[in-house]
Formats: sequence, C-alpha cells, structure tokens
Amino acid sequence: MLSNKMGKTLVNIHVNGDTREAVIRSADTLLQTLRDELGLTGAKRACQNGDCGACTVLINGEPMHSCLCLTIEMQDKMITTIEGLTDTPLQRAFVDKWAIQCGFCTPGFIINAHALIEKHPDADDQTIDEWMSSNLCRCTGYQEIKEAIKTVLTDTDAV
Amino acid sequence: MSENQIRSSVGKPEQRIDTVEKAAGTLRYIGDYTVPGLLHAKLATSTYAHAKIKSIDTKDAWAVKGVRAIVTGDMFPYHIGPILADRPPLAYEKVRYYGEPVAIVVADQEHQAKKAANKIKVDYEPLPVVNSVKQAFQSDAPVIHENLGQYTKIISNVYPQAGSNIGSHIKIRKGDFISAWESCETTVTANFSFNLSDHAALETRSARVEINPAGKVVIHSCTQSPFTIKKVLNQFFNIEVGNIIVHTPMLGGAFGGKGTVQLEPLAYLASVAVGGKLVKLDYDREEDMITAPCHIGLDATIKLGADKNGKLLAGQYTFLIDSGAYTDQAAGITRAMALDCTGPYHIENVWCDSYCMYTNHPYATSFRGYGHPELTFAVERTMDMLAKKLNLDPIDLRIKNAIKPGHTSPTQAVITANNIGDAKQCIIRAKELINWDEGIKQETGKNKIRTKGISLFWKTSTTATNAQSGAVLTFEADGSVNLNTAAIELGQGAKTILAQIVAEKLGMDIKKVHVTMELNTQYDPHQWRTVASSTTYLAGRAVVAAADDAIKQLKKTASIVLQCSEDDLDLGGGRVFLRPNPEYGVEIKDIALGYKFPNGHSIEGQVIGRGKYIQRHLTPMDKETGFGKPGPWWSVGAQAVEVEWNTKDYTYKILKAVNVLDGGTIINPATATQQMRGGMYLGLSFASHESFCFDENGVVLNPQLRDYQMIRFGEHPEYIVDFIESPAADGPFGARGIGEYGVIGMAGALGNALTAAAEADLNHLPLTPELIWIAKKGTNQ
Amino acid sequence: MIAFDFEYYRPESIQETIEIFQKLDQKKKKVCFFSGGTEFITFARVHQVHADAVIDLKGIPECTALEGKENDLIFGASVHLNQLIEANLFPLLSQNLRNIADHTSRNKITLGGNLNSRLMYREGMLPLLVADAKVTMYGIEGHETHPITQVFGKQSSLKHGQFLTQISIDGSFAKMPYLAIKRTRISKIGYPIVSIAALVKDEKLRIAFSGICEYPFRSRKIEDILNDKGLPVHERIDKAVSCIPGPMIDDRHASGQYRKFVLQNVLEEAMEFLEG
Repeated sequence: MLSNKMGKTLVNIHVNGDTREAVIRSADTLLQTLRDELGLTGAKRACQNGDCGACTVLINGEPMHSCLCLTIEMQDKMITTIEGLTDTPLQRAFVDKWAIQCGFCTPGFIINAHALIEKHPDADDQTIDEWMSSNLCRCTGYQEIKEAIKTVLTDTDAV
Repeated sequence: MSENQIRSSVGKPEQRIDTVEKAAGTLRYIGDYTVPGLLHAKLATSTYAHAKIKSIDTKDAWAVKGVRAIVTGDMFPYHIGPILADRPPLAYEKVRYYGEPVAIVVADQEHQAKKAANKIKVDYEPLPVVNSVKQAFQSDAPVIHENLGQYTKIISNVYPQAGSNIGSHIKIRKGDFISAWESCETTVTANFSFNLSDHAALETRSARVEINPAGKVVIHSCTQSPFTIKKVLNQFFNIEVGNIIVHTPMLGGAFGGKGTVQLEPLAYLASVAVGGKLVKLDYDREEDMITAPCHIGLDATIKLGADKNGKLLAGQYTFLIDSGAYTDQAAGITRAMALDCTGPYHIENVWCDSYCMYTNHPYATSFRGYGHPELTFAVERTMDMLAKKLNLDPIDLRIKNAIKPGHTSPTQAVITANNIGDAKQCIIRAKELINWDEGIKQETGKNKIRTKGISLFWKTSTTATNAQSGAVLTFEADGSVNLNTAAIELGQGAKTILAQIVAEKLGMDIKKVHVTMELNTQYDPHQWRTVASSTTYLAGRAVVAAADDAIKQLKKTASIVLQCSEDDLDLGGGRVFLRPNPEYGVEIKDIALGYKFPNGHSIEGQVIGRGKYIQRHLTPMDKETGFGKPGPWWSVGAQAVEVEWNTKDYTYKILKAVNVLDGGTIINPATATQQMRGGMYLGLSFASHESFCFDENGVVLNPQLRDYQMIRFGEHPEYIVDFIESPAADGPFGARGIGEYGVIGMAGALGNALTAAAEADLNHLPLTPELIWIAKKGTNQ
Repeated sequence: MIAFDFEYYRPESIQETIEIFQKLDQKKKKVCFFSGGTEFITFARVHQVHADAVIDLKGIPECTALEGKENDLIFGASVHLNQLIEANLFPLLSQNLRNIADHTSRNKITLGGNLNSRLMYREGMLPLLVADAKVTMYGIEGHETHPITQVFGKQSSLKHGQFLTQISIDGSFAKMPYLAIKRTRISKIGYPIVSIAALVKDEKLRIAFSGICEYPFRSRKIEDILNDKGLPVHERIDKAVSCIPGPMIDDRHASGQYRKFVLQNVLEEAMEFLEG
C-alpha cells in the first residue's frame, strides 16, 4: 500500500522517460514537485486551482492540471512535461503561425494539444474547442492557437 | 528615413525573436528561478473592506516552524504612490479594501510562510463601507482618507479634495459649453457604468529582493517599470538611487497591471526584516487579482448636443472613476480620460469633470488603454443614441464629426497632419470589412438575429513630459550586433521590432541582431516605463539614433582603412563600401572592434553606438481649463463587431470583430496583427464577461479565475485586422504607437451591436444575457 | 499550495480501507476520503478544509469498476468523468458530465467526488436521479446499498467512516430518449445557473434540476405537472416553476428573477423534447 506519514519522503517520479528522485510532503502538488524539486519549470503556477491550464502535464498520455494532483498520487505514472517535447511539428506550428506572445500559457496549450492530436488525429472543431477551452490565454485571443493546432491535424491526416 | 527606399526588414512580418524558447517551455520567467536557501514571504491580507486595526496578534504565527520574520505596518508607517502618496505599503492603523496587505511572514519554505500567515489574528473594528462611486461622491459618505489634505503630490496634475472621497478632480473647460448647449437642436444625455475588473495576466506577480552588506539593494521583478522601482525606493525608503539595481526578465503578460510599484516594497521590507537575506514574494492568483491593483470601475454621464444636421456643438462629460482604496495610476487615468474625453470628434465647446474617487474596493491602476476603452464605451454608445435620434447612419454621423488637422483637442492641443492618424479612412475601411452595407440587422433563423455595431476611437500617450529612452549597440567579432535597451518584452514583440530597426539601419539580417532580453538597470540606458504604447516610438527613436551613431563610427574607421571620405561610404550586406565603387570596401567584422593594419598598428577601437530620445514639448494641463499638450500624437482606429443574438433567451455569440488602426508606419505587420487581435479579445472579454462582484460589505466574491469569467477558447470571434499607415514625421520609420489600441473600441462596438439587436439601450457592463434581459424588461414596462 | 501536512494512504482493497480508517479514527485523526481530490486540494489551499490524513480510494478495484453486469450498469465511484463519458454506457450521463468543469479537469474529477461535493451543484446527481440509481457504501458496519435519494438528498447522509464504492442503474434507462441542458451566466465553463437532465420513460418525462435551489433534486410533483397533457404547455411550465422545493437561488451568477426566466426557457426546451 502506498502511504506516507506526516513529514517528507523520498519518491521516484517517472518524467519525460527518466526516473528521478524527489523529496516531497504528502501535501505537495505535482506542479510544485516538478518545478521546485526537479527544475522542470515549463509547467506554470498561474492559479493553482485547476482553472487556467497553465500547469498542464500528461499523465499516462492524458492531460491533467498538475496543480490538482498530489505528487504522491502520481508516483507510479508516466509523466510528460513540455520539456519532454523537443522541436515537435506542433511547437513549430505555434511559432510559424504566430500563436505565441508572452508565452506563459504556451507550454500548457502545447501539452494539451499534443495529447488531443495523439488521441483524436481527426478532431473536429467541436472536439478541439472542448479540449482547448481548458486553457486560458490573455494575449492572443485564441485564433492563431487554433490555426496552429489545425495545421498539425491536417498534416497528420496527410501522413 | 526615406520612405521611397525598398525596405529589407521594417514593414516585413519578420519572425519574432523570442518564440522558439517559449514554445520549448525553457524560457524562465521571474517565478521560475530559485536559489538554495532563498526565504519565502507570504502575505496576510485584510478580511474587511473598511476597518480600524485595533491589534495584530502574531503569537501563533511565530510558533510555526521555519518562520524567520513577521512584518507589520508599523515598520513602515508612511505613504507612497506614483501620483498622490496616499498608500501605506502595509496597512497601518486601518484597512481600506478587502485583500489589503496587513502583514508579511518570512519563512524557510513557502508552505510554512503560508501556514503562519493564516495564523495571524487581526482585531478589526469595522467601519461603514463605501461600496460604489455614486455613494463615494455623496457629501455625507464616510470619508476613506481622513488626511487627504496632507498627502504629498508627486506630480502637478492631481487635485485632491480634503474632507471628501475625491482623490483628484481634473477639469476641461474649452469654449463655452453652457451657451452652446442652449443652442443645440438635438441632445442626448445618458449614463453608463461598470464595476472594477482585473488584468488577469497569466503570470502572477513575483519579486525577490536581497540587500548586500555594502548597501546595494538587488531586486528581481516582473515589472513594466524597473526605473520607477528605483525612484520609489529612493523617494520613500531613502536608498540612494545608485544603490538600487533592478533585474527584469521577459514577462508573462502585464496589460498595465505590472506598471505600478506594489510588491517590490513589500519584498524589500521582508528582506530588511531578515537582515538583507534573499526573499521571494510570490502572489497567489487571489492576491494577484485583488491585493495587487486592478482595473478601474466607472460611472459616466455624457451630454452631447448637435445641430439638426448632426454636427456636434457641445459635449459635457462627467466621469466618476472607481479608483478603489488608493489612487495609484487611476489618478493619471482620471486625467487621461479628461484630455481625450470627446473621442476623435471635433467639438468646440467641451466641459469635463473627471473625478478619481476613493471607494472601499481593491485599488486600481493602469489597464491597457489607460481610460480610453472606458470612455470610448460611453462616448460611442452616446454617438449611436444621437444617430438614432437624428435618424442618421451611425457611420455617417461619425465621419461628419471626425476630428481633422486644424481642429483642437479637449486640452486645446492643435491637431496637425502629422500628429494624428486618419479617422475617416479607418472607419470607411472598417465599414467594408464588416459588410456594413448589407444592413445593421439580419434575421438568420428561428429566434436568431445578426447585428453589427461600430466604434471610432483615439488615444494619445500621456507619458511623463520628460519620458525618454536610450539604446546602446555593441558589436561582436563576427560583425553581428548586440542591442541593449530597457524596453521590456511583455509579449507585445517590442524586442523584435527594435531588432528590425537595427537590421534595417545597418543593412543586416535580423538574425545578426542579438537583443538583450533581460534588463539590468545598472547597465541598461534609462527608459521610461514600458507602458502607454510608447515603446516603439521612444525606444525606436533611440535605437535609430544609436544605429546612426554606430554607422558614423563604422564609417570613420572605414574611411581611414579605405583612405577616403566618410561621406562617400555606405553600409550594407555586412560591409562598409564606397558608394560609387561598391566592390571597394571592408567587412564590418574587420572594423567593428577597431582595425588592425598588417603591420600591427591598431586604430579607432570598438564601435559603441549610443542613442537617446526624449519627448518634445509636452506640458502638464492647466488646473482650471485643462489647457496643455499632454501627449505627442494620437493614433486612431475604427472597430466593428458582428453578433448573433437569440431573441428568446438573450444569449449571443460574437461572430466577427474588425479592427482598422492608423498607428503610422507598421514596423511588423505580423506582430502588429497579434497585438490587435489580443487587444480585441481583451476588450471583448472585459465588455461581455468580466467584473468583480462585491457583497454589501465590500468583500470580493470572485477573486479566482474559476468564477471571474472570461472568454474561453472556442468562444472567440473571427478577428479581422487592417492598418492605415499615415506616417508620423518624427516616429521611427514613421511609426506612432499601437500596442493598446485593439482594446479601446470593443466595448462600444459590442454595446452598439447588442443594442441594435435587443432594441434596448445597453449602457452598462459586462454585457451578460442577464443584463440584456434587465434592460429589455425596462423598455417593455 | 496546501499549507498543512497530512498522512496519505492508498489502500488496495475495501478491507484495507476500513482497517486504516479505524486505526486513524481511534487516534482521533480527522480523515478525508480522497477520490479525484480536486475539491480537497482546491479547498485545502485556501484553508477551507483540513485533514490529518487522506485515504485515496482509487486503488480499490470496486471503486474503479466500469461495466455492464446482467441488466445493470455499474459505475465505480472513483472513475473519472472523461472515462465515463468515453465509455458512454449511459448516454445521458455522458452528456451531463461533459458540462462539468473543463475537459482537462474531467480527467481527475470523479463521479463519487462530484456526488460528495461541498458545493450546491453536484450535477452528476441529475442523470442518476432520473434513472433511479442505487449507491453502494462500505464502512465499519459493513456494506449497504440504497436508492441514491436516501443517501444524497439535501445533504449527504453518509455515516462517519463510510465511503462510496459504486453507483448502479438498471440498463434499460440507458436506452431511453434523453436530454441534458446546462445554462451559465455567460461563458460555457462555469457554475450552472440552471442545469437539467431528463429522460422519457413510458412516454412520461423524468427530470432533475441543479443550480436553482440549494441542492440538486427530482420532484414527482413537478413531473406530474409537466406530464399533464390536460394543461397547455405554458401553464404547465409556470406551475412547475412555482413548485421548486426551495427558494430560487439569487446570487452573483444570476438573480432569482433571471434564473426563473432561464428555467422557463429550459423547461420549454424540455417540453419540446417530450413532444418530439
């Protein structure tokens, strides 16, 4: 049985294909551990309440708000953060399609969209909107982000 | 700056220089840095909107493991502020808004600081709450600032009225409104209002401060105003300006909210309390929304008078601005709203009273548009109401009255061919793009109608009269160049624009221009704040000057090497060459760090390009009439919105948003389009969704993104953007400012579209279906 | 971040869960059962809930069951909402759950968590109310299965130490015509001002409501009125609206009067669905 008393414990976190050690409290969220213990600061603290998506990571391929996960819950899971995605077509599309301004929401959007494209390579507008309405952006107004995602979906189709 | 030249970089959609690392998630923002041993600060904030502080009990807080210091208001019982010094950084003796900082706990770990902050017990004696501007304006309202008459004025244009809740009263008296009003054949009087709202940038505010034993205060902050932080710490905390160093990385959005100085003094006091150790203060979202300053509320009354043909003769504007508990930049917004109160219309008789009102709400600061989205909502709705009364097409009424060179602004500044964009061309183009001629109203299906609304707007940048920028260019051994300015990258693309100017001037590929993305006030040239859509203009001019200076030095060295006159030399393709004989030249990389002859003699040394630019001929406003020249130019624009409204349940979808802006030459059409779209989104979300909700005690009920609703992905319209480019003779390559403008006309255009749909005047925000239902019920009775 | 510390346990069986609970309870520790945990985390971070220990139910096989068994459909209480939506065993439930929070959050929020929510909405209740769902709980005194209305009425009547393991419905409900509507203040993502789930069984409308009074409910009285073919539709709606079992909520999301207007419109849609 997985358990931890009061106080800190050493756990193994499987992130971006590596297994790394982290010292955690039971009360630590995955967001905190990724950022403060493992130096993976791509997932952002923007609300810590599950409202904005800036902290989105993949847990066994599914997007989750890492601020709504306790690290200890996620010990046996495969975690992917933005740092685990390198020069993907989606990241290039975000740059090429002008979908980035301040960039703070970008990792969360890319991670969520990445999962969407993997799971629904023929996603229609309704599905794209349903998934991506989990993420807030204050700079762009969303149009270019949607275009970037749709570009990759179309290209995935073509392949 | 010949306009006839074919340009290599300016005017092109050059790819932004900051986006690859943003897409990779590797860029570190201020909150992404940590240092082992760093101490964490957390705030205890007020749970009352207005109360005396009888005592603060920190005993239980001190008992929490890891606590190193607790700071309360008595450690620094003085008032600070950018315009009127009316705000103690930590509440002292009383609290004036729900969420006001009352104490700071410093601890080894963040959760310990948070735990201890929650254990601080404050004994409050509640005071009557002023919960609206209307209430604040009443002569018998509770007075929020008892010592208003004694506060220090930091700038001249602020006029507090002791004994009241008026933090500042700005007047415009142009012409003779009273007589002119009598002669108006058609008049409209209307009242508009909305409550405070928030910038809600994705990046929450964060700062860290360390004081080294030699007395140097080192601050890292996500600020738009690093040099203002130095000024504040010097002015109010008595630290020598030269001993304050501010570092600023790239920001995760700001929208004006990070332009004022709030958390840095708190982080400083926290560091002092632990003997100068490095302390980090991170705001949680709730604090970022209401403890940190937010976006003004407004109650406006507008009276417009015209002759029977629709020519505007007289306008009276009364603005009650909800500044919240402290004036901060809202006092400046009060002034900005007055000086541009008419909108881009020629009105000879103008009377404006703009009041910066204290209420027991979270206090307000600059928000993108600096009073213009707010006043434009009121003005543009009034224009539509007037058009209806006159039975004129709303666009025709606006074109008829559009301000032109030769006219004067409300402050009697003269409009010239050079200092304003072309409002008429903007609105004609917007008319085309929204397909206005098909008609304002179409039925599209069962219970659905589609309507359009328009707005015309302007804004000048009221910078400080001595606002300036500086730029330094240094060269690498390979001939590439480093550009150093203190313009901050908020996401608006400022760094890319400045790189383009260098690339254009030096005839280089933009990839050879390396822009410093982080700022350090110790070696960056002085810069006024990155606000007010002024950065391209001020920093652009400084960069042009720095490039000219570098070119001069390169030509000097080259003229020695090539044994010719400097006047015969040109630059391009990484070389300096003889204009009549271009194959005869020298590579920049061989002269940028001086030139070494084959015999070993070396001359001239490294090129250091220096440039600066300071605002010209700006003046404060006269206290009684508002006469003055507070801004260098006006950018103008026209916007339109198309909605589909459900006649049964009053819900609606925003289908299209159009923006046509004249901001002079557009240096990068792609980043400019990004800015316009983002501005339109912000303006539409503010107008339709966003507002703080207060209970009867002034407590904010929705300080979280969960129920502070905003337009979400999928709910956004199609954004259509175009530009009219009337060059400014004194802007860099003819550019004026454009950053804020996307926001300005959206509330007015949306209000006009929905008013046409609902056939009820919609004069309050946010435009929720419930608000439309209430307005409709009002007209049906 | 959660400022206080707590113990964490993830038992792998019902028996283990009960044992741990008893041990902690005897030491007078405050124990919270943790399913999706989204509500626990968001309340704990603003000091609105406190626990000395949490017991994570996601390790218990019964709690993550999702299957058709004979005539019944079984939903484990710790199955997250997107899983339920994707499996689509009960289409009304899928459509209704799709309206809760946002897509990413639905990868963590569980049905059991939603039923136990401290907020007044508990929208997951609605399809279960119209489908006569039963809930199974385990505790120190053993296990019980009851109609959902007996356990989750105005408030939860789960006893100290009891935790939800499964929710079940008769499979026939999954084949009936269904309708789920959620209306908000403005943006789609947000708390409901009116939320309904409805089924047509034996040509009669069954309908449950959330967001209009302090708790989600299904009312026979309202259904009788709405199903009364003797009355014109508009009269049925007005009468039904006047029979809600508590005062109409009046808050910052919607005033009472406006909420009534929205409810009338939603009921009109429900009536059109019934006729169709």
